[in-house]
Amino acid sequence: MRRFDPAALPGFAWIAVGALILLWAPIATMVVYSFNASQSVALWGGFSLQWYAAAAGNAAVQAAALRSVVIALSAAAIASAVAKMAALGTTRRGGFRGRRVIYLVINQPLMVPEIVTAVALLIVFASVKVATGYAGLGYLILAHSAFCVPFAYLPIRARLEGMDRSLETAAADLYATPWQTFRHVTLPILAPGIAAGAMLAFVISLDDVIITEFVKSAGQDTLPTYMLGQLRRAVTPEVNAISTALLALTVTLLTAFFVLTRRRDTKP
Amino acid sequence: MTDRAAPTPAERSGARSGWLLSAPALLLLAIGATGPLLVIVVYAFLEKGSYSGVQWAFSTEAWFQVLFERDIFDDTVTLADAHLTILWRSVKLSLATTALAFLLGLPTAWFIATRPPECRAVWLFLVTIPFWTNLLIRTFAIMEVIRNGGILNSALMGLGLIETPIQILYTDAAVLIGMVYVYLPLMVLPLYAAVERFDMRLLEAAHDLYASRWQALRRVVLPVIRPGIVAGSILVFVPSLGAYVTPRLLGGGKNMMIGNFIELQFGQGRNWPLGAALSLILLLVVLCALVLLTRLTQREAEE
Repeated sequence: MRRFDPAALPGFAWIAVGALILLWAPIATMVVYSFNASQSVALWGGFSLQWYAAAAGNAAVQAAALRSVVIALSAAAIASAVAKMAALGTTRRGGFRGRRVIYLVINQPLMVPEIVTAVALLIVFASVKVATGYAGLGYLILAHSAFCVPFAYLPIRARLEGMDRSLETAAADLYATPWQTFRHVTLPILAPGIAAGAMLAFVISLDDVIITEFVKSAGQDTLPTYMLGQLRRAVTPEVNAISTALLALTVTLLTAFFVLTRRRDTKP
Repeated sequence: MTDRAAPTPAERSGARSGWLLSAPALLLLAIGATGPLLVIVVYAFLEKGSYSGVQWAFSTEAWFQVLFERDIFDDTVTLADAHLTILWRSVKLSLATTALAFLLGLPTAWFIATRPPECRAVWLFLVTIPFWTNLLIRTFAIMEVIRNGGILNSALMGLGLIETPIQILYTDAAVLIGMVYVYLPLMVLPLYAAVERFDMRLLEAAHDLYASRWQALRRVVLPVIRPGIVAGSILVFVPSLGAYVTPRLLGGGKNMMIGNFIELQFGQGRNWPLGAALSLILLLVVLCALVLLTRLTQREAEE
C-alpha cells in the first residue's frame, strides 16, 4: 500500500518537469542544430562540423575570441588580486567602523542595473578618450575588473570565515613570522577560494554584453558583442556553433568551481 | 557588543589595516563603477548639447521630459505618451515575469527539495547550469524556438493545430516568454533554499487538523517560506526592470523597455540628460526594492 505523503502536492511534479524542460529545450535545440549540415536553422540535414569550422576560420570571430580571453584573463587576475586583499582586510579584524561601507562598495555591481553602470561608464570614458587620445583595451579591462570584484571577493570571504584560526596561532607558537604564517598556512587554505573566485570572475567577464557594448571603441568587439551584432542582422548557424562552444566552456569552468568549493564540505 | 566603547589600540590598528587592504578594491570600483554613477547624477541636471553630450548649465528640463512634452511651436505642455507607454510596459512586463516565474518556480523548487537527498544536487545542477549560461546565448536559444520558422511553430503546424505560423517574435509576449525563461533560475534557487529548510512535519500537522492540500499550502507553507518568495521575487523583478538584451532581441525596435529607452537617449536620441534622468529613476526603483527586501528578510530573521 502506498503511504500517504503530505509533501506530494498534486500537479507540482508535472509543473516542475515542465519548467525544467522549458529551461533545457531551447539550449538543447541550439546545441543539436549547431551540428546541422543544412543551412536552414529549422531543418535537419545530417551531422556536420561545418559551422564550427566556419566560425573558427572567420577572422572576425578569431579576433573577438582572442579579445574576450585577454579581457577576461586580465579582469579575473586584477579582480581576484584586489578582492583577496579586501577579503583579508574585512574578515579578520572584528567589526570596525566603516566595514559596512566597504561591503556596500564592493557589492555595488551586484545591486546597480547593468545598463545604468554602462551609460555611466560611457559618459566618463567618452570624455577621457577625447582628453587623452587613448582608445585601447584598457577601458574594457578596467570596467570588467571593477564589476568582477564581488564575484572574486565572495568565495574568498566564505573560505576565510570558515577557516580555523587556531592553525595560525599554532604557526605563531612555532616561531613563524606573520609573513611566513600567511605564506605557508593562510594562503594554501585560501587557495581554493581564490581559484573559485577567479574562475567566476572569468566566466562573468567572458559573458558580459551590456557594459562591453557601451564601453568598447570601434573595432573592439568581444565574442558576445560580435554575436549581438550578428543577431541584429540575420541568424546564421555559425552563431549556434559559437554559442555552443561558449556554453561548453562555461559548463567546464562551473563544474571545476563546484568541485573546488565542495572540498570544504567533505573535509573532516 | 563593544560598538559604543572607545576603540582600543588593537581595534584601531585593525581598522587601519582593514581600510588599507581594501583600498585597491575600493579604488578600482570608484573608477570603474561607483564614481561614474555620481557623474550620472550631475548629467541629469544639465542642458542637452546641440549635437550630443551636454552643455554645462543647470537645468531640470530632463526630469520634466520624462513625463511631459513641450510643443516646439506654441510651448503647450502635454503628457509624453510614448515615454509613459515604455515606462508602463517595463513595470507591467517585469511584474508579469515575476508572477509567472513564481508560478513555475515554486513547484520546481518544491519538487527538487522533496527528492531524496542524494539526488537533489543533480536536480539543482540542472537549474544552476542555465543560470550561469550567458544571457545572450539563452535569449538567442529561446528566439530560435519562438520565431516564425522555429521549432514551436513548426511543431504546431506539424500537428495541424495551426495553419500559418503565429507571430510571437517582436511582440510583448515574446519579451515576457524570454524574460521568464532567462530569469526563472533566479526564482527557483532562493525558493529551493527556503523549501529545503521547511519542516515537512508542519504539513502532516495541518493534514491531521483536516486542512485540505490547498489550505495547507496557502496557510502553512507560503507564510513559512516567505523570505525565499521575497528574495526570489526581487531577484527576478530587479533585472527584468533593467533588462536590455532580451527586449532588444525579442521585442524588436518597437517594444522597448526602459533599458532600451535609456540606450536610445545616448544613441539616436542624442539626449544625454534625459538618459541620465531615466537611469537615476531606474536605479532608485531598484534600490527601493532592495531596501524592502532587506527589511522584510531581517524582520523574518528577528521573529
